[in-house]
Amino acid sequence: MAANCVRFAASLLGKGVNGASPTNPVTLQLYRQICGTSALRRKNLAAAGPEKFTPEFIQKQIEEFEIGKRHLANMMGEDPENFNQEDIDRSIAYLFPSGLFEKKARPLMKHPDEIFPKQRAVQWGPDGRPFHFLFYTGKQSYYSLMHELYGKVLNIEKHQDRLREKGLFSTETKQISLGTSRWLTKEELEELLVETISTHDYDRFIQLMEHMLSMAYSSLEEEFILRHRQQLEAQTMHQVVPPLQKDDKGVDFSTAEGKRKTSKSSVVVRDCGSGSITINGEDYLHYFPVLQDREQLMFPLQFTGLLGRFDLECTVSGGGRSSQAGALRLAISRALLSFVSEGEGEAMRQAGLLTLDPRVRERKKPGQEGARRKFTWKKR
Amino acid sequence: MAARALTKGLLGLRHVRGATVKFSNTGHHFATSSSIKSSEPQTNAVTEKILNLPLEKPDLFRVSELFSLKDLFDARVHLGHKKGCRHRLMEPYLYDSSLDYDIIDLDKTVEHLQLALNTTAETAYRGGIILFVSRRRQFCHLVETTAKDCGEYAHTRYWQGGLLTNAHIQYSPGVRLPDLIIFLSTLNNVFQQHVAIRDAAKMKIPTIGVVDSNCNPSLITYPVPGNDDTPVAMELYCHLFKMTINRAKDKRRQMELLHGLSKPSVSSS
Repeated sequence: MAANCVRFAASLLGKGVNGASPTNPVTLQLYRQICGTSALRRKNLAAAGPEKFTPEFIQKQIEEFEIGKRHLANMMGEDPENFNQEDIDRSIAYLFPSGLFEKKARPLMKHPDEIFPKQRAVQWGPDGRPFHFLFYTGKQSYYSLMHELYGKVLNIEKHQDRLREKGLFSTETKQISLGTSRWLTKEELEELLVETISTHDYDRFIQLMEHMLSMAYSSLEEEFILRHRQQLEAQTMHQVVPPLQKDDKGVDFSTAEGKRKTSKSSVVVRDCGSGSITINGEDYLHYFPVLQDREQLMFPLQFTGLLGRFDLECTVSGGGRSSQAGALRLAISRALLSFVSEGEGEAMRQAGLLTLDPRVRERKKPGQEGARRKFTWKKR
Repeated sequence: MAARALTKGLLGLRHVRGATVKFSNTGHHFATSSSIKSSEPQTNAVTEKILNLPLEKPDLFRVSELFSLKDLFDARVHLGHKKGCRHRLMEPYLYDSSLDYDIIDLDKTVEHLQLALNTTAETAYRGGIILFVSRRRQFCHLVETTAKDCGEYAHTRYWQGGLLTNAHIQYSPGVRLPDLIIFLSTLNNVFQQHVAIRDAAKMKIPTIGVVDSNCNPSLITYPVPGNDDTPVAMELYCHLFKMTINRAKDKRRQMELLHGLSKPSVSSS
């Protein structure tokens, strides 16, 4: 709307005009310009809070998404019925190729439920009565959870009292097997309840849960407790061992790849050899005149004590001499995994032979001479 | 369900007609369509008659039968705090003090309690929203269970500043505020008067409050002098309020069935 902030005030001069008859008063209308600023009428957008979407709007978006999905499938020449999210992502990446670094800035097409934040629908019926009995507290899900939890604690205490009366109370009861699990984090709890909680509230919740766990007969509410615990995933990363192959002469060999900085290498390690190493068709002594690089090549073989046993055929490209040597070392270590036992493999991992070196060249920044070096500071 | 929705759309202090609402929140699927435009004038008159019924008879809900003075005495409602804690405005409600412990006059309590229960019954009969408030940690669970059992609302947690006065921002715009607030204990955790009493007075919401000898009864519409510290007394109050509200709601449903406004439980609600 155009911010037309000029208003006109009309003043009527009714009385005081002589000669005007009561039946026909002379009204003189004068217009006075009042300038009001648009700043007064500008809405405070920050105070409005996050944008709210009506359920009808979300429904419309879902319909549009479904139709769009079918169009996309037709465009790509695939079956519209069995077009799942991976196919959508693939098609969008094909139709709208983007070189942007930030993955979130690239074009995407996802189901509206994943894009629009989950919001609560209207909390009351047509007569205005809210659905939830704790609605007027403001944090209904959290307080109803606490109410339920406390009810369960009281339940367990009542059960324990009943057993004590009969004299059947004993502390050696079946304890809940927690295994490797932890309590849900505050973020996960917020997600579960679809509303924000403060740290204080979360601490209270954990306190009460711990109290319930400490009671002897807490196994009564096992299901409820486990619902609020998260299993810890095993942290170990499996080492992918390259498969041991046999060539037509019956000799074992295995292939592996490695990289370091901008170098990429591929190595074929053959058994029953004499310790000869060929890189890009050349002998390693010619390819790496520097001792340091040759030492890098030898290190995995020397560590496992299999120096003279294998023949290595290597190819390497990119980078400089040091990074090529590092790439080859990684490739050799990976290939050796298939010839060596698990314990030895673990020893190699701990020695750092199997770790990909993540160090890459840091970019130069504007206003500086290099990545870290600043221009010479002049006092004046 | 549809029948109940229909009656809910008719009664209540705000008349919402022809509302078709769909919710996508899990667990709260509610759709209603009131298409009663043809018989509107008749239903209006019938509703008026139903609503005016309690005003004609003095004790339609027979609230006085729910309790006797002896029940109050057995539940130790007459026990007050020590003389040092006494509030000046509570002096008219006190009977005597023995060994410095104040004793509340149970005759007055009976009258006030009857008035209070009558008001709750009438509000529940008209489909008003009743909010139970108590800031005593001991009885928080009890009060919330009472509210859940009668189908009304409870707030026994930390009272955020603008819940009543700033409702359109604290909740969503278009929220309906409670029509009656029942305080089962008027003090908060630091022994000061609960903020909700003042806020309810500001928003012109009638209040019922159990006032002990250390409380200020001035801003409460229907004060009920009585003990708010003993578990027995609190259970008695919760029981009484629950019984009145359930009775009033049953009576309302009965009246509507009688006058044929809703079909007798074809769709179970």
